[in-house]
Amino acid sequence: MNPPPGKDGPVTSTTAAPREDVALLETRGLTKHFPLRRGLLGRVAGQVRAVDGVDLRVPARRTVALVGESGCGKSTLGRCLLRVYEPTAGQILFRDPADGGTVDLAALDEAALKPYRSQIRMVFQDPFASLNPRMTLLQIVGEPLRVNRGLGREELEEQVAELLRRVGLRPEHMRRYPNAFSGGQRQRVGIARALALSPRLVVADEAVSALDVSVRAQILNLLKDLQDEEDLTYLFISHDLGVVEYMADEVVVMYVGRIVETGATDELYGRPLHPYTEALLSAVPDPDPTARRQERIVLRGEVADPSRVPAGCPFHPRCFHARDRCATEVPALREIRPGRKAACHFAEELELRGVRS
Amino acid sequence: MSETVLRVRGLRTHFTLDDGVVKAVDGVDLDIARGETLAVVGESGCGKSVMARSILRLVDRPGRITGGEIWVRQPPDGMVDLVSADTRAVRAVRGKRIAMVFQEPMTSMSPMHTLGNQIGEVILLHERVTKAEARRRTIELLGRVDIPDPRRRVDEYPFQMSGGMLQRAMIAMALACNPELLIADEPTTALDVTTQARILELLRSLQDDFGMAVMLITHDLGVAAQMADRVAVMYMGNVVERGDVVSVFRSPRHPYTKALLRSIPRLGTGARERLRPVRGMVPHAYRRPSGCPFHSRCEEFMAGRCDVTVPPPVAGPEPGREVRCLLYEGTGAAPDRAGGPGNHPDSHRESREEEGT
Repeated sequence: MNPPPGKDGPVTSTTAAPREDVALLETRGLTKHFPLRRGLLGRVAGQVRAVDGVDLRVPARRTVALVGESGCGKSTLGRCLLRVYEPTAGQILFRDPADGGTVDLAALDEAALKPYRSQIRMVFQDPFASLNPRMTLLQIVGEPLRVNRGLGREELEEQVAELLRRVGLRPEHMRRYPNAFSGGQRQRVGIARALALSPRLVVADEAVSALDVSVRAQILNLLKDLQDEEDLTYLFISHDLGVVEYMADEVVVMYVGRIVETGATDELYGRPLHPYTEALLSAVPDPDPTARRQERIVLRGEVADPSRVPAGCPFHPRCFHARDRCATEVPALREIRPGRKAACHFAEELELRGVRS
Repeated sequence: MSETVLRVRGLRTHFTLDDGVVKAVDGVDLDIARGETLAVVGESGCGKSVMARSILRLVDRPGRITGGEIWVRQPPDGMVDLVSADTRAVRAVRGKRIAMVFQEPMTSMSPMHTLGNQIGEVILLHERVTKAEARRRTIELLGRVDIPDPRRRVDEYPFQMSGGMLQRAMIAMALACNPELLIADEPTTALDVTTQARILELLRSLQDDFGMAVMLITHDLGVAAQMADRVAVMYMGNVVERGDVVSVFRSPRHPYTKALLRSIPRLGTGARERLRPVRGMVPHAYRRPSGCPFHSRCEEFMAGRCDVTVPPPVAGPEPGREVRCLLYEGTGAAPDRAGGPGNHPDSHRESREEEGT
């Protein structure tokens, strides 16, 4: 069951599936609504339901990908986890490495949150906009260390040099400014900064989307290597399903603020259970010219407006399998098969097409 | 032999800046036949966009076409070289015989004018019709590109539409005068995969209806594979390989093409194979390597040859294929560069050897 928006509290049904892996982070009913203001007095005229009751589970040392079209709420969700945006409702349960207990990040005040801020770090999309052009690499990468660890100058330089080396940059360039570097190198700087405090969870928000094909592959390989070396957990937010397949162990598909499907990458790509996932996969252009002109699902209409979410299943106006029930009844995200969840009334009976393996 | 709508020979567009000369386009040869799709692929900075803009003489200062020829058809059955033609002749081609669609639909339309005014203007400029007739045709075009309710939309402003819808309006504008060649510069790059699939499908069906040729500029090899009849791979201002899409993607010859194809995760293959990207990065535009511009990143680098000799085009093995790489020197026939209407002496050839700096 999706919890009604605006209401706090844990949702019991999410913890049912037995798993031997440990969740590093779990959200329960996480919700973020932005008020829609109109007129001179800024009267609240409605709510943009950017994230609407999301139960997300990120197992430790794994990569979970969050996919969906722009406006589906995946970036907002990522930012809520770091409390860049204050969640409207819901819990963000983070496993404390020290004692193995969990703490609800959404309930902490600023002071109590501080130690956790170094454990969840973010890598941003645009390597040209996310680095301060007036700071050297030493300052950019060193800042979190200086602020949080209070390192002295020599120690700081040593650590920054080590970080730069680890992401494939030359330490002797640490006194240069971002403008001396290409997009791929800047993204490495962004990764070095994210890693500075030895975080446990890295939220990568479209981290490779702005990069060229060859550089993108380099960064993807770097992220994979770092994950092994540093026992990192990734929440990998991306609209690129090819990249996601390469990176992710598990995939979470979002549509208009809600999760519509989750599952292990191979299974979800091989046999999607939600028509939206099927359509997304079908839309990816295959780099094999002989594989073209096969039946392609072309979605009609546009992504639903999160301030006017359609009644029933939010996807029903665009869905090729929609029936009467879909227009009235909201489908709950439920377990269809072990490890596979989908929010579709007809998930069991639909024969949806995945990508060949 | 099909009719040629565009024949580019030895095109050079250079930017003379304070710090040196950027050879954005440096000796490009291309042909497009009636009704076919040529994909020009390459990473950012390879010169593909400047090349496309050069064709319509849209390069702003300090950029300048410094050499080469751009032959387009001139009714009834002649051809005209746009490089040497006067402004009037260029204007007669621009928007009429060759139209262009740009990457960012938001920034390529005027925010101050309605769609109807902007599209109608193109029609009024090139054809002798009344305003009422231009409006009628605009509405018809908007309907043709699947914009819902075109009678209402024709009086709307760009900000009232989504990105996908605006891109369709841009295409409608480009189609206004029934061009024989549409140059689409990254037409779907800013869009979601689902929207991209719709735009690509639209382009295909328009091509079938109008019989126009398309030059599709893209960094996305998947899009190229799905759309193109032939591809041209660009690197640092040169077309390093060209040919029909199936043979180039199936059996790439140039090490750069090979590396590009290895750099993309292919849907349905999962993470089983580690990506093997091109090593290093594109050299700075001022520091163009001597000899083959790719030699600094090439896995097949032959010292004393690749860094000295500019590779000449080598034809084969399939008809219409051509590669610029010393590995294949002496293996193929001299490339076919004769034929077709108009005379186009290979004036660029003799100056090719002197570019190593």
